[in-house]
Amino acid sequence: MLEITNLVKRYGQNEPVLKGLNLKVEGSSVVSIVGASGAGKSTLLRCINRLVEPTSGSIKLNGHELVNLRGSDLRHSRRRIGMVFQGFNLIDRLTVMENVLSGRLGYVSFFQALTRRFPQSDIDRAFSLMERVGIAHYADKRADQLSGGERQRVAVVRALMQEPEILLADEPTASLDPKTSQQIMSLLQSLASEMSLPVLINIHNVTQARMYTDRIVGMRHGQMIFDGEPKDFNQDALDAIYGGIESPEEDAGEPASPTEEASA
Amino acid sequence: MVDHAAKLTDRVWSRYDRKEQLTRYAVYLATLIAVVWAVRDIDIFWPWVWDAPNQIQSLGARMWPPEFSKWSAIFSAMLETVHIATLSTMLTIFIALPVSYIAAQNTTPNKITLWIGRFILVSSRSVNTIIWALLFVAIFGPGVLAGILAVMFRSVGFIGKLMGEAIEEIDRRPVEAMEATGASKMKVVLYAIVPQVMPAFFAIIILRWDINIRESTVLGLVGAGGIGVLLQGSIDMFAWQTVATILLAIVVLVILGEALTSVLRKKVI
Amino acid sequence: MTSGNTASGAQPGRVWKKPPFIANPWIRYGLVAITLAYLYWAFSTLPFDWQRIAEGLPRAGKIFGGAFPPSFERGGLLWTGFKESFQIAFLATMLGVLLSVPIAVMAARNVAPLPVYILGRTLIIVSRSFHPVIVAILFVAAVGFGPMAGILTLTLYSIGFVAKLLAEEIEEIDWGQVEAMRSVGAGYMKILVYGVFPQIMPRQIGLSMYQLDSNLRASAVVGIVGAGGIGGTLMNAFGRYDYDFAFAILLMIIAIILVSEGLSGWVRKKVW
Repeated sequence: MLEITNLVKRYGQNEPVLKGLNLKVEGSSVVSIVGASGAGKSTLLRCINRLVEPTSGSIKLNGHELVNLRGSDLRHSRRRIGMVFQGFNLIDRLTVMENVLSGRLGYVSFFQALTRRFPQSDIDRAFSLMERVGIAHYADKRADQLSGGERQRVAVVRALMQEPEILLADEPTASLDPKTSQQIMSLLQSLASEMSLPVLINIHNVTQARMYTDRIVGMRHGQMIFDGEPKDFNQDALDAIYGGIESPEEDAGEPASPTEEASA
Repeated sequence: MVDHAAKLTDRVWSRYDRKEQLTRYAVYLATLIAVVWAVRDIDIFWPWVWDAPNQIQSLGARMWPPEFSKWSAIFSAMLETVHIATLSTMLTIFIALPVSYIAAQNTTPNKITLWIGRFILVSSRSVNTIIWALLFVAIFGPGVLAGILAVMFRSVGFIGKLMGEAIEEIDRRPVEAMEATGASKMKVVLYAIVPQVMPAFFAIIILRWDINIRESTVLGLVGAGGIGVLLQGSIDMFAWQTVATILLAIVVLVILGEALTSVLRKKVI
Repeated sequence: MTSGNTASGAQPGRVWKKPPFIANPWIRYGLVAITLAYLYWAFSTLPFDWQRIAEGLPRAGKIFGGAFPPSFERGGLLWTGFKESFQIAFLATMLGVLLSVPIAVMAARNVAPLPVYILGRTLIIVSRSFHPVIVAILFVAAVGFGPMAGILTLTLYSIGFVAKLLAEEIEEIDWGQVEAMRSVGAGYMKILVYGVFPQIMPRQIGLSMYQLDSNLRASAVVGIVGAGGIGGTLMNAFGRYDYDFAFAILLMIIAIILVSEGLSGWVRKKVW
């Protein structure tokens, strides 16, 4: 269970990006976070695994406080949190298998990491996960030779290699074409139920959020303004989240496309 | 394309406004004054200058034809030159990599190490190989060790600086991903940074080896081993025809080195 | 990559090994063996004078002990040395840059006929093939000790670098401007002045600044073999075991190089 209370993040002396956010994710539900760019979605996810330092508040994963962890405690917590990125963030010059095994870096010793001598159990797990998402035949291919959808699958497997207790996905489909992004979304959905893993997905595409997730959280200006099931996510909610974007730094074009798709 | 060119021309034209024009004349004037000052002030005996073409010609005549009787000594001195360049390049790697690690802004542990790293790079780079050689000959006596150390001390700055820049230019995103898996700092370096800088590393090492071959040919002039010792000896004995052979050998070596490096570069990248 | 790896991946045995950096095992182990053999050969044939080297550490202590604190007492000598170095570098840059323009035109395939092109390229290759210090000794032998040899050396050095890059720049110019000049009936020289030079001008200024910087560095070095400037002063200081003075010269060289590097970088940024 992930429990976020009163989370605040402020960069320097600017207006806070997150203004006292509260969120609870229980069981193995797939939660999508929607909102215009700049609403604080990405910062929220990065606060959870502390790639971004929260200014104040509390984040508890299965009763374990994550804020204020340091050094090896932080690393031990991070390995229980898997993360999938918008740009895949693979290591291009390494093979798919090495990328996948890098998900175990929090567990193996430096010497094992250096010589690539991972425990047999890790290798078995890697193969079975890669077979599950259909990339096992690429094991010894270099990561930069794969297509976008395949690369994101590698990234998903890498995150799952951590044996995570929660999976974070930061715009996992934003760099993919529509068909591939649907495949990735349904993959995340089915993996979540197979592994009874809670999944938090930042997403622009409201249609996909409705179709593939159990719960939608709407954010605007660092605050949560909607929390409910997809069926309750109506035009009013959509307008509240995206409508009349007045913040000058945002390009108004971006939120327009999900609005259109949603109303279509 | 045409539009672009037209724009460029516009931009050029806008440079020639009044203020710019004055600045240009000021620069011209300053350059002229500097030239006049330098020419008048410099310690040159002008009759020699007018005689220089003759002197150069007569030196050339004395060198012709090259004389090959010393070829075996030249050959082994050449080998020594190559050894100095190769060994020093290899050894430099072990020093330059840690230095580049602490001299790159995104990997250095803290501000102090950053400045230490930069200090090492700057001091290594601003002292020329041959001046390093002068110092090491004074310390360790004439010989190849002084040469190897001199080339190493100069190469650390070169390789370290370029590697540091390569580290600073990496894609941040894999680093973020590795941090998110809970990997320690060293493992992040190993998986997210090392693979990214590998091609740059090989390119830089090959480039520096090529430069070091050239540098090693002159080390002997201050007594630090290699073909330069023989060259200096032949000049001192006015054996100009042997000098010509040595010069030819150096050209051959440099060309071979360049050919080898271009082959290696293609292989590696 | 190798067939062995693909097979193991497909089998249920599930072995995985990192594909080796070099796929062919013969080449892989061969390279290791060659490297080891080379190292052995190099170290065993190089004439190390271990006895003399063993004296090195106490000597280093003596030298650095003598070098601290660096002595700036002979300021006059320091000043004339650096002044001469600067004059050598400056005059050589001016000469080199001026000469490199015609040579670059000769060595650019798109504006020079083939025989001229070959001549231009040869000039560039000849001036590039020797380390400036070697060129300096030859000039010292030919025209005697002093700044004259230094200027000649660095002029040649500048031509090798500036003319080469400039020729490459000319080969990449926008040909449309040349055709435009041709179409208004301009002759060869006029085409060069109106159609070619404006395009390479910013690059040429940048290169000149860069070359002034590297000539300043090199001028400290060519002096070591007698071609004038601070290098000679440094060599003398070392020869007379005046380590405190030598160290002062070294510090000055470093300082001046840093300043000149910063300055030339600043000017190049302004021009580009």
